[in-house]
Amino acid sequence: MAVLPLLFALIGLVLYTVLGGADFGAGLWQLLAGRGPAADRIREHAHQANAPVWEANHVWLIFVVTVLWTAYPTVIGSVSATLSVPLGLAALGIVLRGLTYAMQTAIGRPVPLVENAFALACLVSPFMLGAVIGALASGRVPVGTSGGDLVGSWVNPTSVLAGGLAVLTSAFLGAVYLAADARRLRAAELERAFRLRALISGALCGAVAIGGLVVVDHDAHRIFLGLVTGWGVVAVVVSGAAGVVSLALVARRSFGVARLAAATAVAALVAGWAVAQRPFLLPGLTLRMAAADTRTLVCLVVATVAGALIVLPALGYLFRLSLSGRFDPGRAPGAAVAPAPVSRSRRLPAAPVAAACLVAGFVLLTIADAPAAHAAGVLLLSGAAIAGFTAVDPAGLAGRGDAVNESDD
Amino acid sequence: MIPGPEYLDQARQLQALSFTVHIPLVCFGIAFPAMVLWAEWRYLRTGDAVCRVLARRWTKVMVALFAAGVVTGTVLSFEMGLLWPSFTATFGSVFGLAFAIEGFSFFVEAIFLGIYAYGWDRLSPRLHFASGIPVVISGLTGSFMVIAVNGWMNHPQGFRIENGRVVDVQPLTALFGNSYFWHEFVHMYLAGYLVAGFAVAAPYAFARLRGRWDRYHRTAFAIPFTAAAVTAPLQVLVGDWVARDVAVQQPVKLAAIEGLGTTTAGAPEHLLGYYTDGHVIWGIEIPRLLSLLAFHDPGATVTGLDSVPLSDQPPVNVVRYAFQTMVGGGTLLALLGVVFLVLVRRSRRLPETRWFYRAAVVSAPVAYVALIAGWVTTEVGRQPWVVYGVMRTEDAVTGATTVPFGYGALAAVYALLIAGLIWVLRVLARAPLPALSIPDAPSVRQPGGA
Ligand code: HDD
Ligand code: HEM
Ligand code: HEM
Repeated sequence: MAVLPLLFALIGLVLYTVLGGADFGAGLWQLLAGRGPAADRIREHAHQANAPVWEANHVWLIFVVTVLWTAYPTVIGSVSATLSVPLGLAALGIVLRGLTYAMQTAIGRPVPLVENAFALACLVSPFMLGAVIGALASGRVPVGTSGGDLVGSWVNPTSVLAGGLAVLTSAFLGAVYLAADARRLRAAELERAFRLRALISGALCGAVAIGGLVVVDHDAHRIFLGLVTGWGVVAVVVSGAAGVVSLALVARRSFGVARLAAATAVAALVAGWAVAQRPFLLPGLTLRMAAADTRTLVCLVVATVAGALIVLPALGYLFRLSLSGRFDPGRAPGAAVAPAPVSRSRRLPAAPVAAACLVAGFVLLTIADAPAAHAAGVLLLSGAAIAGFTAVDPAGLAGRGDAVNESDD
Repeated sequence: MIPGPEYLDQARQLQALSFTVHIPLVCFGIAFPAMVLWAEWRYLRTGDAVCRVLARRWTKVMVALFAAGVVTGTVLSFEMGLLWPSFTATFGSVFGLAFAIEGFSFFVEAIFLGIYAYGWDRLSPRLHFASGIPVVISGLTGSFMVIAVNGWMNHPQGFRIENGRVVDVQPLTALFGNSYFWHEFVHMYLAGYLVAGFAVAAPYAFARLRGRWDRYHRTAFAIPFTAAAVTAPLQVLVGDWVARDVAVQQPVKLAAIEGLGTTTAGAPEHLLGYYTDGHVIWGIEIPRLLSLLAFHDPGATVTGLDSVPLSDQPPVNVVRYAFQTMVGGGTLLALLGVVFLVLVRRSRRLPETRWFYRAAVVSAPVAYVALIAGWVTTEVGRQPWVVYGVMRTEDAVTGATTVPFGYGALAAVYALLIAGLIWVLRVLARAPLPALSIPDAPSVRQPGGA
């Protein structure tokens, strides 16, 4: 039971890296696009592609945080105390990103200052989150809320490696995603541009990951041992193979499958880290010691499974609409179907209903004292609000205008 | 105030700053989707093209505000750990479940908002309308879960403490079987309609004062304003219920709200004035009213602040002024709502005097101030406890020396956020209105529509 929430959190982390990461990556490519009309098209494309999905993708991060603090509260307390700087910077980056995103959408055309701020946020946030993981992996977060080294905990070889990897992975995933999108839109020039970017960043990713093993050997030897023995080796090999496969697929322009392969590479990397870190979450703190009460864990697991049953199909639907191009500009299959106006015949006398609900609600909520009466009172008052709204009939009211400005309809 | 750890005050202000930005945005998450959807529904039923244009334009505003709500909420969830690590480390297992469930409701909200916003013209009208319904529901469940946490902090239960560790945790009882939760939830939910309703209506009331008042503006004013106007009087009734619950469950907070220094039978109510040395001075005293309001009995005994040592008392004047600001604002809004309802009932037209529209413009800031004042009452009135009677705020606060930097940076970024958001809303408001006889509007093809 103690391990299930961790598993969920890791799955969430992988999904955040793959989905949210691609959104960050799109922002990075805006930064690196350069100047000129071709660059403008690249920026435009990078902005449009993730518009409908980024908020949903972002929620994975919130999911990870909430699962961790419910199931392993000490861990979140300790991590926050020690890593306040990178976490704070990541949060600021996230705010900046949301803001500049909304601004870009509202303007509808690129404005350099806003775009650069957006792209900067897309660089800072994944780097900082990666640095946090590096700090955890290299055992630099002591247990307890008095905190460890405020600087060294995240400015160290493993953290820089993990942060860099997070940025590169984002760039790679973003490029693959955008290439696939460009292909669907039959924009050959953009497709070529992003395919090239994907190949370069993917190759860099692989190089850094392999080179990183040396860094980890020196800086976080325990993790290194975990990665070169037992299941760790399997994870590393799978990750490497999946990475190579995804590059090959990008080269062959099978972007959709390439994304799956890339996701596998990321998942294997995270799994390898988890295996290598076992059984400790923080130095001296095992999973079992950190876990909350069993009852909390059971509730959490049940809630997560139930939530997943609701959310995953919905998410699938969103992605299907988005990936099949239903949201692309110029596609308007639904618009032609005009609704049939319904004649408004049956109408409850709304005003008396509202008044009756109001009086009954007042008696039950304000004069009576029992909790059940209060509950009924609240329901009646809600009824009063709805009936009152219907009685006022705001749209009809507006249709009649007022005596002052009758004519300017 | 009690001297606390070095960064306690800054951490508090940081927390308060983050909330004053997040909570108004939340109000739009609670109430705006319902208004947009109502406009769309009206279009589907009557073919009124104005309602369709309205729903489409509001959708853009909703998306921008939602994005701001998402990022400020993310900051808050980081702050729980960053500012109050001991709180999260000790009690995460008790209250975390609500945030985990809340996470799922955010998922639903974000997913369907994406579908709704980008599905205009691309999904069939019915499907499109249906995709908005989960957004409304998840606005409700999202606030439900957060308030469950706050209710638990005000009235902790569902766990025991043994050797500083929380044991025997019953998260469901703690969060949802909590007697402090329901009034907070209902009160906040109505506040969402008040704030969003008045705030959406205000710019159109302003347009009317400037002489722009075609059917588009009238409709855009009437829908949110009516929603707020029918809610405002109810909020007073609910607020009274809230106060009675507080009187029973957090008597010290009630005493702070009222500035009642000593436990009194037949306690009087004081309006305005200043609390010092256990009394309210320069206030207007109404005999026995407090006992009557709080316990429905003019002779009832009301617990005073002296029931707990000074170190366990909240800062009385902050709480008192916040409370009176909220009640004053709430009363004015209720009055405005009733005036509107009476005028409309009489003439079956929108009101005509300019004074009414001036008041409508002012109602938006008043509602916002009442909202924040309400939270100040709740949260500062709970001090010095972060988990009422269990953990003191000064024991929860972080020792990290980075708090001042975080404060500066967050304040700067939030200033940027607010400026940027205002700018975005202006851009959206200035986008030219489409000609109202858009080709797919049924009113063109089907006579008898609009
Ligand atoms: C537009 C907003 C608004 C308006 C008009 C009112 N309130 Fe309120 N009030 C809130 C918005 C709010 C709030 C921000 O939503 C709070 C904070 C916590 C909560 O549950 O609701 C709140 C808290 C709050 C509390 C403290 C609850 C606690 O500590 O748990 C009391 C006693 C009242 N309210 C009472 C009233 C009364 C008697 C009102 C009559 C006019 C009133 N409120 C109007
Ligand atoms: C008055 C109290 C609060 C209420 C009623 C509330 C409710 C909501 C609602 C309804 C949303 C949806 C976003 C929107 O529609 O704009 C939201 C966003 C969010 N809130 Fe709050 N919240 C409150 C305080 C908090 C606190 C204390 C935290 C964290 C500790 C928090 C964390 C979040 C997060 C992470 C989001 C973004 C989630 C997303 O949509 O992706 N909120 N909140
Ligand atoms: C669901 C959870 C919560 C909600 C809805 C909530 C709501 C609020 C609001 C609206 C304020 C603003 C008051 C102001 O403007 O001064 C506030 C202030 C504050 N909150 Fe909470 N809060 C929540 C959780 C927390 C947590 C987890 C902590 C700390 C561990 C906390 C501690 C404080 C403190 C210390 C203040 C400042 C009080 C002061 O100025 O003295 N709150 N809270």
